Amino acid sequence: MKFTEEHEWLRVEGDLVVVGITEHAAEQLGDVVFVELPEPETQVAKGDEVSVIESVKAASDILAPLDGEIVEVNGAIVDNPGLVNEDPLGEGWFFKMKIDDLAALDDYMTEDEYKDFIG
Amino acid sequence: MTDLGRTCLYDLHRELGAKMVPFAGYEMPVQYPMGVMGEHLHSRAKAGLFDVSHMGQVILRAPAEALETLVPVDVQGLAEGRQRYAMFTNDAGGILDDLMIANRGDHLFLVVNAACKEADIAHLQAHLPGVEPVTDRALLALQGPLAETVLARLVPGVAAMRFMDVAVLDWEGAALWLSRSGYTGDDGFEISLPEDRAEAFARALLAMEEVAPIGLGARDSLRLEAGLCLYGHDIDTDTSPVEAGLTWAIQKRRRTEGGFPGAARIQRELAEGPSRKRVGLLPEGRAPMREGTALFDSETAEAPVGTITSGGFGPSLQAPIAMGYVPAALAQPDTRLWGEVRGKRLPVRVAKTPFRPSTYRT
Repeated sequence: MKFTEEHEWLRVEGDLVVVGITEHAAEQLGDVVFVELPEPETQVAKGDEVSVIESVKAASDILAPLDGEIVEVNGAIVDNPGLVNEDPLGEGWFFKMKIDDLAALDDYMTEDEYKDFIG
Repeated sequence: MTDLGRTCLYDLHRELGAKMVPFAGYEMPVQYPMGVMGEHLHSRAKAGLFDVSHMGQVILRAPAEALETLVPVDVQGLAEGRQRYAMFTNDAGGILDDLMIANRGDHLFLVVNAACKEADIAHLQAHLPGVEPVTDRALLALQGPLAETVLARLVPGVAAMRFMDVAVLDWEGAALWLSRSGYTGDDGFEISLPEDRAEAFARALLAMEEVAPIGLGARDSLRLEAGLCLYGHDIDTDTSPVEAGLTWAIQKRRRTEGGFPGAARIQRELAEGPSRKRVGLLPEGRAPMREGTALFDSETAEAPVGTITSGGFGPSLQAPIAMGYVPAALAQPDTRLWGEVRGKRLPVRVAKTPFRPSTYRT
């Protein structure tokens, strides 16, 4: 699993990358009450705002971590946004991407590096 | 920026695991480990303890008639042992701050907003004699359906109080200045007490399993569900009490006689109706509409008709809720409007407030 400075996690699953937010991010956001996901089959570029997450406190953007195509989204977190808090690394995943260049994942942090990053 | 102030309960907040944020010049707890949603629901179900010591407390040894020159509220008609909601108005009919006024027999006791307290005290001192800011007392709020039950274990006399009563009662030698009121829409109390006894008193309450500490995050969602205004957001110097829907706080004698700052505008709006009104708003979808969201009367209209002044998620309703100002013609409940969220027009319905019925012990 890899981690971004925007507190997203990336997990390779076959030829896809699953994206979600970290436990640390979920905790900082507080109770998630609304999630807006991208449309499947959308081409995105790294850094695009592809998803919105709102907690009781504020709205935050979820950025595309890599260039590629959104192929699947997790409708369960739209129906039950609390899943993002309950199981951010599992059932609270956001979307799956087909990415152009798997090697680009190497630029992101390992779990240990991420733990250092959040201090 | 000047250094942030701390209330006398700062160390207790840290010990309880609070996340502290700057608010109105103070480092205040925005939430505890329970989280905003959990704290909100706890306060609605049992009893929540809030530190509101950052707010201003003022003793006023001036005649009720004198205070009436600054507020459009009937102070002379306020009986001893009773409290009333009020607002300081300016000459243009805008609101300088909202406050509580209590009649404590030989003096009046005022509680004002933290962010406005210095300006309020200067305003009072410029116009009235006998203004005595209280600087050595903490202020706690205990709110929720079990507030009376838990407080009565420490101070049995509170059971005899009803909504908006004020009383001085003893707790282990400390004089508690109590009012049966609050900012959540539920029954509860606000308790002013000597700073050097506040931590012990708060700990005595928190030791009861029904009581949890509640931060500013849930304080905001609780008051929003109750349809209560937040100064600087829902009311300010640009909004009149009539536009804000606070005419219930302007008693008949004052409406007729005037004699308060901005009376010309306020009396005119009372007679003719204001051009815009504060309304409750229920987004039809699940996306919260936050403060600053522009409101439109159609999906395609170019110019907005109003703005949201407070908005978020109501944990007791499990739905987004908001308040804002719209033209009077669009202020009827069930009027459909559109709020622009991230470039998209989303439907929102005008709704009555409170969003959740209040549970005051009247």
